[in-house]
Amino acid sequence: MSDAVRLDVRFATDPAEAMLVQAQIVDWLKERQYSARDLFSVRLALEEGLMNAIKHGNQRDPAKSVRVFCEVNDHNTYIEIEDEGIGFDPAEVPDPLAEEGLHKSSGRGLLLMRQYMSRVEYRDNGRLLVLEKQRTLE
Amino acid sequence: MAAPAGQRRLDIEEVGDVTVARFVDKKILDENNIQMIGNQLFGLVDQDKRKKIVLDFTNVEYLSSAALGKLITMNNKVKTSGGKLRLCSIRPDIYEVFAITKLNKLFDIKDDQAAALAGI
Repeated sequence: MSDAVRLDVRFATDPAEAMLVQAQIVDWLKERQYSARDLFSVRLALEEGLMNAIKHGNQRDPAKSVRVFCEVNDHNTYIEIEDEGIGFDPAEVPDPLAEEGLHKSSGRGLLLMRQYMSRVEYRDNGRLLVLEKQRTLE
Repeated sequence: MAAPAGQRRLDIEEVGDVTVARFVDKKILDENNIQMIGNQLFGLVDQDKRKKIVLDFTNVEYLSSAALGKLITMNNKVKTSGGKLRLCSIRPDIYEVFAITKLNKLFDIKDDQAAALAGI
């Protein structure tokens, strides 16, 4: 059993900064010997969630920042990603599985997060994303 | 078109009249990397006028939806130019991403390079 670890950071709208946060969280899962499948899921969801915050939320505005809170324990990984954008309604996101969506080069991030995580929830008018992954028992 | 040194994200090999492009990276996640991959891929069609292209995923362990976007744009370019694009050697984790997004129906995916080269 390992103690729970927590991270609460705010960083400038920069994909390189987001990669560092992502790497730290994935390292914590590795230290707790989460399965390769869980690592794949969390890494993918983090990438999609962080890039959505940077690209769609903050519109790449370097004056804006992204906040990430994360807690990892032996059973569960909980993540919050918060941007400073105008927000959005997840229900309005076009279905990427619809025929007209298949040829589009973007719009699959939310679908992938929902498939790979145990919980995906938007709060504060879409500015705060909550991701949770229950550890898969092997 | 040869990519500048240090930015080469694909190993290119000619097999008969087919261009085989193998991804160098294990993770196709980071944005700059995806941009470079896109530029190199699109160059095969736009500058080099290659018509038959196989993308080999042997090395790829992770990819994001942004990477899928580049592949879709590549597929559209190849089709517009009257060429053929095949994907091969995709490990099960990655294939699942294609299946979830239904892109396994959009792309012509083969198990391995030999199958991808056959009859393209």
